[in-house]
Amino acid sequence: MAEEFEPNILGILCNWCTYAGADLAGTSRMQYPTNVRVIRIMCTGRLDPAFVLKALSVGADGVLVSGCHIGDCHYLAGNFKSRRRVALLRKLIEEYGYDRERLRMTMISASEGAIWADVVQDMVNTIKKLGPNPLKQVGAAGQAGVVADDEF
Amino acid sequence: MDEEKRIGVFICHCGTNIAGVIDVKALAEYAKTLPNVAYAEDYTYVCSTPGQTMIRDAIKEHNLNGTVVAACSPRLHEPTFRKATEEGGVNQFLFSMANIREQNTWVHMEEPEKAMQKAKDVVRMEVARASMLEPLTAKTVPVEKAALVIGAGIAGIQASLELADAGIKTYLVEKEPSIGGMMSRLDKTFPTLDCSQCILTPKMVDVERNPNIELMTYSEVEDVSGYIGNFDVTIRQKSRYVYEDKCNGCGKCQEVCPVSRPNEFDLGLQPRKAAYVPFPQAVPLKFTIDMDSCIKCDLCKTEEACGDLEAIDFDKPDELVTVKVGTIIVATGFDMYDVERKEEWGYKVFDNVVTGLEMERLISASGPTGGNVVRPSDGQKPKSVGFVLCAGSRDQDEEDGAKPYCSRVCCMYSLKHAHQLMEKMPGCVPYLFYMDIRSFGKAYEEFYYRIQKEGGKFIRGRVARIDEDPVTKNLTVTAEDTLLGQVVEMELDMVVLANAVVPAESTQKIKTLLTLSNSPDGFLLEAHPKLNPMSTTTDGVFLAGMCQGPRDIPDVVSHAAAAAAAASIPIHRGSVTLEPIFAIVDQEHCGGCATCIGLCPYGATELNEVDGKLVASVNEAKCKGCGTCGSACPSGAIKMQHFTNEQIMSEIEAFAQGW
Repeated sequence: MAEEFEPNILGILCNWCTYAGADLAGTSRMQYPTNVRVIRIMCTGRLDPAFVLKALSVGADGVLVSGCHIGDCHYLAGNFKSRRRVALLRKLIEEYGYDRERLRMTMISASEGAIWADVVQDMVNTIKKLGPNPLKQVGAAGQAGVVADDEF
Repeated sequence: MDEEKRIGVFICHCGTNIAGVIDVKALAEYAKTLPNVAYAEDYTYVCSTPGQTMIRDAIKEHNLNGTVVAACSPRLHEPTFRKATEEGGVNQFLFSMANIREQNTWVHMEEPEKAMQKAKDVVRMEVARASMLEPLTAKTVPVEKAALVIGAGIAGIQASLELADAGIKTYLVEKEPSIGGMMSRLDKTFPTLDCSQCILTPKMVDVERNPNIELMTYSEVEDVSGYIGNFDVTIRQKSRYVYEDKCNGCGKCQEVCPVSRPNEFDLGLQPRKAAYVPFPQAVPLKFTIDMDSCIKCDLCKTEEACGDLEAIDFDKPDELVTVKVGTIIVATGFDMYDVERKEEWGYKVFDNVVTGLEMERLISASGPTGGNVVRPSDGQKPKSVGFVLCAGSRDQDEEDGAKPYCSRVCCMYSLKHAHQLMEKMPGCVPYLFYMDIRSFGKAYEEFYYRIQKEGGKFIRGRVARIDEDPVTKNLTVTAEDTLLGQVVEMELDMVVLANAVVPAESTQKIKTLLTLSNSPDGFLLEAHPKLNPMSTTTDGVFLAGMCQGPRDIPDVVSHAAAAAAAASIPIHRGSVTLEPIFAIVDQEHCGGCATCIGLCPYGATELNEVDGKLVASVNEAKCKGCGTCGSACPSGAIKMQHFTNEQIMSEIEAFAQGW
């Protein structure tokens, strides 16, 4: 393929901090790559690990979870729980053959639009280096590798 | 789904905000190809009256049972389109919003093709979500006919008086022994030169006398739970070691007290006793015993002092009081920048370098010198006084904790000080070192002209350093005069640093309790910087005064009155409608594992025995809808309404259909 690889990244953002921060990036007309598609949830505490696994299984090249800073959670402590879940999930996806960098969690407040723009840029750069989701490479490579282990 | 889904998609041009980057017509055409979409249309401004009418009409005409609007952020217009959907006869929760402005055309202006692809993806995802949405019924709850105001400076005082006059029971909580805040420390106010105490004291007395205001001084908010209309607030009334009902404010305890320590009210410029009121006009005029410096000599309890009244009790404990309120106003004020961190100006090293607030006390008739401005080094009257404006404001030196914003009061209070010095001590010359004189308010610029005419000297440039003559204690100020383009050195008797206004440290605790946010400057974040500067993102919590950002007294008073008006609306309406976004438990599937119990930050999940089996349930009133329980339930028995697994999974599946 001559075309440059453009990653498809799923963003899962909390309503109160990062989603508002991403809106602020817009209001401030900060330009950043188009690769992230955002799902809004009220709190990153709503992050069911299955969402991340589902996204990777349908071919997402990366998943970016972002919520409030520790201590700023609109629901007191949802971000503590999602932070732990993401830490474990990063280990888990490695077991499935995904680089852990494909899943990232950041904490961006409603006033940090510029940081959101930087985080997206950085995530896109990282995923570009990693290449497409290995599942999508299956066809080309002719085998599924660890991702589709028949034993399970 | 029993009923066939018929979704209408409405694409907003937002003038050229969206349509100037992507092809909105093509986006509408694309939407028509999506599953469950029965109708799609684009329009210049969907939020306008004709735009909303279009939604209503389309629902009826095309028999729609769900809507998607692709426009700005749902944080801006979700309520608008929900209402339009409801007016069209479809449950408002069957609406979903695709953000194609803030998170698309505004941030991808240079990449229209990729932006278009993203817009298609996002619309597809929202259509998928809308296909899975379920109707919900918003719940209406009564509102407690009382309000809480935190902080009793001029902002809190104004807000409380407005609320109380509107017939609302108001609890006013102040952490210091007296109300009055920073304004009570000021001598005169610019530009009218009103005496600060003279205009503030009557308001303070009004607060004390108003039957609708319950004043709680020397008290701090310890805990807040609940939600708009029904906040439960726990307040710690710190012990004054004096019974307020018995103390008559005679001051005999203060007379006999042998302890002497710096008075915080006067910034330590004069002493106070361990038994004290911070200043003579204090409200309430009740004495406080500062146990940290009390030596328990018991002199204050003797016959000559408080003997008969028996108001003093060294064992009096703190008290915890719980009040129920409908709305809360935060008016926690500000701190002053610690200008000691700017070593080049020598504050606290050189005797004759003082801050603006210290000058305020020195110049005040009720201050430590009785209003005689004297040099701290030798008690002599200064003949020349330098003013360093923007001391910590408009300064990008983050290492020193300086602030990039304008503090909005320093230019004006320095002009006022200049006037007062010239008035009190003819011959004394004020030199103002400034970057720009920001005299933006009503009659402010005129005041600036007046000071120029009166003989104030203005040097445009920042002060690079201050040196002290060790013998005379005179100060040599070095600055660049940017109008003359040369360095000036000037020997002055005294220098005033007009230090910046910074966010109050004590606000941070309140911020956490009420789940508020900070803006980049560290002050509290408002709901909208232009159109809703007195509200927050926590429903029922409002902001008054400097806690939201630097402003002068007239602006604080206006802001506080606006906050009071906003806080009284739900109370007068009597009820509020709550989002029905709470979790529910399918008790058939619940295994009673109790995973959800420990996760809920509000204690809304409960474990009960039903038909001989332990099952969880969620208390709707306590649940705020974060969904943390739902994402951890191992048996999938908890459903987070409006953000169900099915709804989010459908979005993820739709996301993947783009490639």
